[in-house]
Amino acid sequence: MAETKVTEQDVMYVADLANLELTAEEKGRMIRDLNSILEHIEMLNELDTSDVPPLAEVASMFAGPQVDAGGRFAYAMRADEARPGLPHETALAGAPESDGVYFKVPKVIEK
Amino acid sequence: MKKIELLTIDDVRDLIASKEVTATALAESFYGKIAAEDEKIGAFLTLSKGRAMAKAAAIDQMAARGDALPPLAGVPVGIKDVLMTRGVRTTAASKILDNYIAPYDCTAVARLESAGAVVLGKLNCDEFAMGSSNENSGYKPVRNPRDLSRVPGGSSGGSAAAVASGMAVAALGSDTGGSIRQPAAFCGVVGLMPTYGRVSRYGLIAFGSSLDHIGPLTRTVKDAARVLQVIAGRDSLDSTSAEAPVADYVGEIGKSVKGLRIGVPEEYFGTGLDDQIRAAIEVVMDKLRAAGCELVRISLPHTKYAVPTYYLVATAEASSNLARFDGVRYGHRTEHAQTLSEMYRRSRNEGFGTEVKRRIMLGTYALSAGYYDAYYLKAQRVRTLLARDFQQAFTRVDAILTPVTPTPAFKLGEKTEDPVEMYLSDIFTVTANLVGVPGMSVPCGNTREGLPIGVQIMAKHFDESTMIRIAHGIEEAQR
Repeated sequence: MAETKVTEQDVMYVADLANLELTAEEKGRMIRDLNSILEHIEMLNELDTSDVPPLAEVASMFAGPQVDAGGRFAYAMRADEARPGLPHETALAGAPESDGVYFKVPKVIEK
Repeated sequence: MKKIELLTIDDVRDLIASKEVTATALAESFYGKIAAEDEKIGAFLTLSKGRAMAKAAAIDQMAARGDALPPLAGVPVGIKDVLMTRGVRTTAASKILDNYIAPYDCTAVARLESAGAVVLGKLNCDEFAMGSSNENSGYKPVRNPRDLSRVPGGSSGGSAAAVASGMAVAALGSDTGGSIRQPAAFCGVVGLMPTYGRVSRYGLIAFGSSLDHIGPLTRTVKDAARVLQVIAGRDSLDSTSAEAPVADYVGEIGKSVKGLRIGVPEEYFGTGLDDQIRAAIEVVMDKLRAAGCELVRISLPHTKYAVPTYYLVATAEASSNLARFDGVRYGHRTEHAQTLSEMYRRSRNEGFGTEVKRRIMLGTYALSAGYYDAYYLKAQRVRTLLARDFQQAFTRVDAILTPVTPTPAFKLGEKTEDPVEMYLSDIFTVTANLVGVPGMSVPCGNTREGLPIGVQIMAKHFDESTMIRIAHGIEEAQR
């Protein structure tokens, strides 16, 4: 990990990636907080992990005989049978705006 | 009949079976208690009275016919508001889901109800389960029933407070880094986080998918076993739910702990641990020794790296999981947007609270081009080291005993200014989530100020049985 310090520019770039629009006040606090958290996280650099494999989830490591040789859940697979899904009306019921068939959003493509 | 705040699951079932009380009358009594007391505690966000009374009436009909009653018949329960409840408002304590009505049931909730439980309502928590004090709720903080100036812990603070104050017999919570166990310890109740994969996560609003667990908060170890018995097991709707057979957890209650080897990791007893908590855990160790357990000093050498590892993994997963809240299909949509892009950004900015934004930002940063290897991948490698610590330890011991929290419940406002200080309050709980082992918090006394102290038992993957047996041994030793 480099001696990275999060700048205002970084915060604006990351907010853009995360689809957030921070106010000026939030931006200031975010710079302070992210720097303080990342400073704590620097501790991980004390460890040499060059020969250590990453672990993304534990189930494939510990679930025992249920796991196939590929490290994948054997039981994650099921028969490809049609099942009832969420009815159309129910799926649209929580939408801020819909026309009864589709979700409606502001115009995407400008002329 | 006992006071309702003392009732256990078996008490409720027996009272209804013997027709001493009806499920309907009991549910009414709990709603009465909530109306009288919850204003000062703040545990409930939404009451589901229609659904509760319909279920209670169905149980009463069964009792009237003399049918055999299911294991949780008529038991009034509360559900953390990150769990979906069909037809009932489900907010994750976030303004972004203020008006959201869940279109389906979480599997764990459906199983509780099939076993007879009466769902009273939805419980307050930190927004999207992100927090250690319940002060990050988008609605209101929860107060600790033992001392209203203090936090109940988080993120399942409403679950712990409702059970501790007797506004529910049992509650479901979720635990991503300690969110069942830490509030259980702060409020003086039992909190059980099962093995990763033991309980289906279907219908849990996702925070960190490789770390999230659903589990019970109850007033007794036996009640926790009863609830786990009902909610555990394979669910075809969650591909990470395990097929491992569900053991007889209730059958562990009262079994002898003699001969069990219990590891005590030195890293959990260093500086920073409150003296009164240390002393209380030492008393537990003496009692277990007296009951025939062998206490073994062990080392989990990477313990101090768990919190930084956790806050990279959890936030990276959160940043991805929370991308779905964009004002299109459900939840809050801004009124101030001309373009689609503005709509996403402003809806999210108006809907999410400070801590949620902070975590989305940190997670996005850790996953972004140029930083992925240094942060997210690094954390995944350290996660392997933490898992190896536990594998190593479990070749020598059957279970591991530690404190749940470094301090008792702190005051509201005490840690809200410094996120790192707040994160460090999870120091003894996050590792179990990273390595997927079950963990349980059991009350083991009080501080001089009367604040509850919890002891944590962790066990091997899918060995909730041993964990419950030891937990019950600890509970019994205090009578």
